[in-house]
Amino acid sequence: MILETIKSQNITFEQKVVALARLAEGSIEVLNKSESLKKYIEDGIICDLFEGNAPYRPRYIVPDYEKFMEQGSKFLNIEKPTNLWEAVHALLILYKHVPSITTMPVYLGNIDYLLEPFIKDESEAYLAIKLFLKHVDSTITDSFCHANIGPRETKAGFLILKAMRELELPTPNLTIKYNDETTEKLATEAIQTALVTAKPSFANDKMFRDDFKGEYGIVSCYNGLKVGGGANTLVRVRLGGLSKLATSKEEFLEKTLPEVSKEMLEYIDERSKFIIEESGFYESSFLIKEGLLEKEKFTGLFGFVGLAECVNNLLGAEAQEDRFGYSEKANKLGLEIVEKMSAIVKGHKTQYAGEFFGNTHLLHSQVGIDTDRNESPGCRIPVGEEPEMFNHIIYSAPFHQYCPSGIGDIFVFDETFKSNPEAILDIIKGAFQNNMRFFSLYSNECDVIRVTGYLVKKSEMEKLDKGEQVLRDTTILGKGARDNAKALARKLRSE
Amino acid sequence: MSLKARINRIIKFSNVDGPGNRMAIFFQKCNFNCEYCHNPETIKSCIHCGKCVEFCKSGALEKVDGIIKWDKTKCCECDQCIKNCSIDSSPKTLEYSVEDVIEEIDKVKFFIKGITVSGGESSLSFEFITLLFKRVKELWPHLTCFVDTNGGVDFQLEIYKEFVEITDAFMLDVKAWDLKEHIELTGVSNENVIKNLIYLERIDKLFEVRTVVVKDILNNILTVENVSKIISNKYIRYKIIKYRPFGVRADKIEKLKSPSQEEQENLEKLANNLNVKSTLII
Repeated sequence: MILETIKSQNITFEQKVVALARLAEGSIEVLNKSESLKKYIEDGIICDLFEGNAPYRPRYIVPDYEKFMEQGSKFLNIEKPTNLWEAVHALLILYKHVPSITTMPVYLGNIDYLLEPFIKDESEAYLAIKLFLKHVDSTITDSFCHANIGPRETKAGFLILKAMRELELPTPNLTIKYNDETTEKLATEAIQTALVTAKPSFANDKMFRDDFKGEYGIVSCYNGLKVGGGANTLVRVRLGGLSKLATSKEEFLEKTLPEVSKEMLEYIDERSKFIIEESGFYESSFLIKEGLLEKEKFTGLFGFVGLAECVNNLLGAEAQEDRFGYSEKANKLGLEIVEKMSAIVKGHKTQYAGEFFGNTHLLHSQVGIDTDRNESPGCRIPVGEEPEMFNHIIYSAPFHQYCPSGIGDIFVFDETFKSNPEAILDIIKGAFQNNMRFFSLYSNECDVIRVTGYLVKKSEMEKLDKGEQVLRDTTILGKGARDNAKALARKLRSE
Repeated sequence: MSLKARINRIIKFSNVDGPGNRMAIFFQKCNFNCEYCHNPETIKSCIHCGKCVEFCKSGALEKVDGIIKWDKTKCCECDQCIKNCSIDSSPKTLEYSVEDVIEEIDKVKFFIKGITVSGGESSLSFEFITLLFKRVKELWPHLTCFVDTNGGVDFQLEIYKEFVEITDAFMLDVKAWDLKEHIELTGVSNENVIKNLIYLERIDKLFEVRTVVVKDILNNILTVENVSKIISNKYIRYKIIKYRPFGVRADKIEKLKSPSQEEQENLEKLANNLNVKSTLII
C-alpha cells in the first residue's frame, strides 16, 4: 500500500503526502474500542469517516479570524493589517497554518466582513478579491474549505459574488447567512451567483444564532460550529444498515438505536479524549495560544446517514406513497427516530465536549461519503424520489431543528429561474419561515455542482474518468458519489 | 349557492407568471381559439358526452346523472381522456368555491409573492376572481394579485370596473397587430386587445406584454414595433416568446414554424431601440 501510493501516477505529490501520513497513522492502534464497537465498525454500521487511528488535530477548526485581524499573529510574525493587500495576505498566510481532518482549513471566516474595512477603490478591491479567491482555490485544494458572507450587505460581499461568478471555481465553498436584515439586492445577487457556480448556499441565520448563542461559522459541507472552536471528531451511524438489525420499529427505537448510540458516544469521547489529552494540540498550537481557538468551544459530532432507508425498511414501504418523503406515517417515524437520537445525545454529559455546549456533543445529519450505497444523506429524501418542491420542503423542514451542527437540502433549478431569481428567494424565505436551516441550489447548466455538500467541477470529474490527475482531492469523492449514489441525478425544478 | 368556477389546474410554485414565486391558477374556457395554443384542452368546457370514460384505464372517470365526474385520486395522468375528447376539451377540471382556492393559497402563503390567474382565459371568470382577490387582500395584504389575459374583453366596460380595480397588475398577450392576421390566428378581432393595451398602460396596471413569435405567417416586426411604442415610456416588461410546438394540436402544427435565435434577438433589439425598458426573449 505504501509503495503503491508512492508509485501512483493519478494523484498529485501533495495528495501522496497526505495519503502516506494516513497510512502511517493507520499503522498504530492507540484507541480503546469495545468488542461491540469493533463489530459495528466491521459491519459498516458505525463509521469514523477514515479520521485515522490516532487523531492529532481536531476534525473541524473554526478560528476567530476577526480577532486575528485585530491583533495579527506573533507566531507568524504578522502585524495587524492596515490596507487591503495586507489583509488579503495576512489571511492567506494564516490559512496555510490552520489544520483540519483534510490537513487544510475547512473554514475561512466571514470574508466579506473581514475585508470590508479595507475597501477603498472598487476596481483595485475586485482585483485583490479575485486573486485571493484564485489563490485559495489553487492552494487549498479541497472544497470542504468554506467561507461565509452576510447577513449584512457590504461592498466586499458583492465583489466576492461577482468574482465567484467570473471564476467558476469549486473552492472555497460559500454560504450566505440570511436573516431579515439581508437586503433583497444581496440575496438576489447570491442566487444569481449560485445559478452560475452552485454557491453560495443559504443559512437560516436566526436559527443558527439561537443555537450557537451568537457567532457561528458554516464549515465543510454545511456544518454549523462555534467561532473560536470547532469539532474534535465526527462519528456516524448508518441507519439504513442498522434498521436491518431490528425486527420491529418498537425494537429499533427501544433497543437497537439506544445500544448503537451508546457505543457511538463512547467512541466520540474516546477519539476526543486522545486529541485533548494525548495529541498535544490544545497545549502547543499557536491558534490556542493566541486566542483564536478555545478548547471549551469544541464539541464532538454525532452523525447519521440513511434515515430514509431506515424508515422505509422499518415500515416495509415499497409503494412510493408509503415511503419516506411522501407518507405521513413515514414522516412521523423519521421524526421519532431523530428526536430519540437528539435526546440521547443531549443526555450524554461528558468532559470531552466543551463547556460552551454544556459538555454535550451535537447531532449532525451527515451528507454521506463516496462509498455509501443505499444510505441517503442524513435526513434527505433519496435522490430520484424527490416530491414536488413545496411538498419536499414541508416534509423536510421539521427535521432541521434537531441538527444544529448541520443539515441541509439541495435543489436544482432550470434556466428559466435566471430571469426571475426572486422566485427562488421567495422559496427560500418560505423554507426559512418553516424552520428549514440550510438551503443549497444550483442550475442544471453549471459546471461547478454541489455533490452532497461540497463542490466539484463536472469537467474535472471527466478528467478523472480518463485517468488524468486533478488538482483537488474532492473531485475523487465527487466521482464516487456520482457513480455510487446517483448524487448528480437530482430532480430538476422547473416552473 | 356560492359562486363557483371551473379550474383546470393550480400550480403551487410558478416562476413564469409574474414577479417572484407565485401560485398560478388556470381557469377553464377561453374566448380565443389560437392556432398555436399549448393547452387547447382549456378552450372549451366539457359537454359530458362520455367518450373519455371508455378511454380511462384507471377508473378515474365516470358518468353520473349525465355529468362526467373526475376522481383526482385515481387519475394516473395518462391524458388519454384529453387525447380522445370529442371537442378537444378535458374532463380533468374541478369546481372550486372562492374559499376552496383560499385554502390552496393558505398552504403556500409563506413561499409566494402573490397569485396569478390564468387560463384558458381568466377574465371570463371575472366575478369569481374579483371575490377571490378581495379575500386574498383581506387575509394577506402583502400578496399581489395578477391577471394573465388575452385582452379579448373590453376592460373599460362598467362590469369590469371592480375587477380592474382590485387587480394589482395585468399581463397581456398581444398576439398580432394586423387585424386580419389576428382573426386568422385566434378567430377573433384584436380591437379590444389594443384598446386594453393602451388603457392598462395608462392606468399603470400593466406589468408585462407577451408576443409569441411565429415565423412567416405573422408580421412580427409590425407587432413588436407597435407594442413597443405604447409601453416604452414606463417600466413594463416585454416578453418576446419563441413559438414552440409543445402541446399544439396535430392539425395546426403543419404551418407553424419557430423563429431563429437571430430573429428573436433582432426583435428584442427593435424593442430596445424603441426604448422598452425591460425585454426578455425566451
